[in-house]
Amino acid sequence: MRLRSLKGRVAIVGIGESVYYRHGKSPDSEFKLALKAILAACDDAGVRPTDIDGFASFSDDRNDASRLAAALGIRQLRTATMQWGGGGGGCCAAVANGAAAIEAGMAECVVVFRSLAQGQFGRFGQTRNIHTISGEKAYLMPYGVLAPPQRFAMRVRRFMHDHGIEQEAMRAIALASYHHAQANPRAVMYGKPLDADGYDASRWIVEPFHLYDCCMENDGAAAIILMSAERARDLRNVPVYMLGAASGSGYRAGADPHNSPSYASANFGTLAPDLYRMAGVGPDDVGVVQCYENFTGGVLMALVEHGLVRADQANDFFRLENLIAPSGKLPLNTSGGNLAECYVHGMELVVEAVRQVRGTSTNQAPRNDVALVVGGPMVTPASDLLLGTEAVL
Amino acid sequence: MNEQSTDTFYLPVGLPIPESESDGLSEPFWSGLREGRLLVQRCVHCKTWQFGPEWLCHRCHEFDPAWEEVEPVGKIYSWERVWHPAHQALKEHGPYIAVLVELPDAGNIRLVGNLLGDPMQDVVIGAEVEGQFEHHHNANPPYSLLQWRYR
Repeated sequence: MRLRSLKGRVAIVGIGESVYYRHGKSPDSEFKLALKAILAACDDAGVRPTDIDGFASFSDDRNDASRLAAALGIRQLRTATMQWGGGGGGCCAAVANGAAAIEAGMAECVVVFRSLAQGQFGRFGQTRNIHTISGEKAYLMPYGVLAPPQRFAMRVRRFMHDHGIEQEAMRAIALASYHHAQANPRAVMYGKPLDADGYDASRWIVEPFHLYDCCMENDGAAAIILMSAERARDLRNVPVYMLGAASGSGYRAGADPHNSPSYASANFGTLAPDLYRMAGVGPDDVGVVQCYENFTGGVLMALVEHGLVRADQANDFFRLENLIAPSGKLPLNTSGGNLAECYVHGMELVVEAVRQVRGTSTNQAPRNDVALVVGGPMVTPASDLLLGTEAVL
Repeated sequence: MNEQSTDTFYLPVGLPIPESESDGLSEPFWSGLREGRLLVQRCVHCKTWQFGPEWLCHRCHEFDPAWEEVEPVGKIYSWERVWHPAHQALKEHGPYIAVLVELPDAGNIRLVGNLLGDPMQDVVIGAEVEGQFEHHHNANPPYSLLQWRYR
C-alpha cells in the first residue's frame, strides 16, 4: 500500500509579496495587496495567473477566493479551502491544505496567501465598541484580559516557572529578528536596530512581555504558488519541496477559558512527531527555522516542543549568537519575521523558508536543505511545515 | 461557605459585560455569580468536572452536565501584570494583576480573575487564594465577577 504523505509530491514554485508597510500606511486596499502578492508570485514562478485553479488561506482571510478568481479572470476554480482558527495558527496548514488538494488530483496550481490591511479594517491590539460579551471572552475581558498579549502571557509565565526560563532567553529571540531585519530591505524595521539595552528599557506590555516580545501589526500581503512535483520540475525556479506538514492540537487544547490540560505549551506536542514522521527527518536535520512570533515566549516553547532544544537548556541556547545567520547554531526568523519584517500572520515566514531552501535569503543559513516553519504557537489549531531540497527526498 | 462580597470594583467600569450565550449554555454560571455562588459543571453520570461549560460531558458524552456549587478557594496557577491599556476604560489606570486560579476541589478546573490588593505585590505560583464576589448591580445588564485574594 502506498504511504499516504505529501513528502516530495508537491513543491512551492513561486513566492510573492506586496510592499510591507507599518499598520495603516498601505496606500492600497487589502484586496489590492492580495492581488499584488499573487501576481508577484506568478511572475516569480513563470506561470500565468489564469493557470491558477485554487486558493488556500487561513485566519478568516477577508479576500474571498471567488472574488480573487473573478478578478484574475481564472477560467476554472477547483479548490477553495479556509483553515479554521485565528492568528497565524493556520499559516502552515493552509499550505498543507493546498498541497493536499493537488496530491488528491483536485487542483493543479494553488495559491496560498494572506493579506492584512489594518488601516482599512482595524487592529487586534485594541478592544472597543463591545458592550456585552459571551462565550470564551466573557470569562476574560471583564478582568482586563482583552488583547492577545494578555491572553497568552499566563501560558508563558507558567512555562517560565516550570522550567526556570529567564527573560534573557526571550530577549534573544527578539534581538535575532531585529538583527536579521537590518539586512532585509523589505523589513518594516530595516534601519531600526535593537540591542539588549533597548529591549531592557522598553516598556512592559504585560509581564513577562516587553514591547519587543510582541509582534508588530502591519499592512501587507504574501503568497506562494504550489504545483505537483512533476510539473514543478519544468518551471524556472528550483523546486522547494514539501517534506512534511501537520496541524491541529492535543487533548482538549480548545478547553476555554485557559483550561487546556497542556496549558504551559505552544500546542505542538502532538504535531511535531507527525511532522517529522512524514518528512522522514529529525530535529538534528533542521538547519534553519522560521517560527511565528506572536510573542517571543511562544517561539521558545515551540522550539522546545519541536525537539530543537531542551527546556532545561533553554537559557544557554537562546542567546543571540546561536540564533543568527550565517554563524549561529540554529538561525531563527532570518527575514525578521512578525517582530521586525512584517506581520502577515506568518505567510511571510513561509516565503522566507522558501528563500532559505533556494539559497536566496538576505540572511542565508549555511544548512538550508531542511527548513522548518512553525505557525501560531499557543493557538489551536496550530500548524507546522518542513520544506527542503530535492536532495532530501 | 467562605463567601465574601463587595460592591467596590477592582478595575474601572466600562469593560465588556459578561453574559450567557444566546443558547443559554453558561447562564447558570453567570446567575450563580450574581447570587454569590460559584457553579461549575459536573457530570452526574461519571462525576467529571468540566470548565468552561459545554453541552456534553467530554469524558462520557452524557448531555447537559449538572451545575454543582463549589467553594471558591484555589491556588494560583499562573499570573500576569498588565501595563498596556487595551481598552479605553483602562487608559491612565496603571498596572493590574490577572491570575489563573486552579480549583483542587473541583477537578483542578481553572478560572481567570484579578488578584485583589496592591498591583505591584509579589505573585506566587502555587499560593492559596480565596474568592471574593464583585457585584455590579447597577450595570446594564447587572453582572458579578469572581475576584481573588491571598488566604
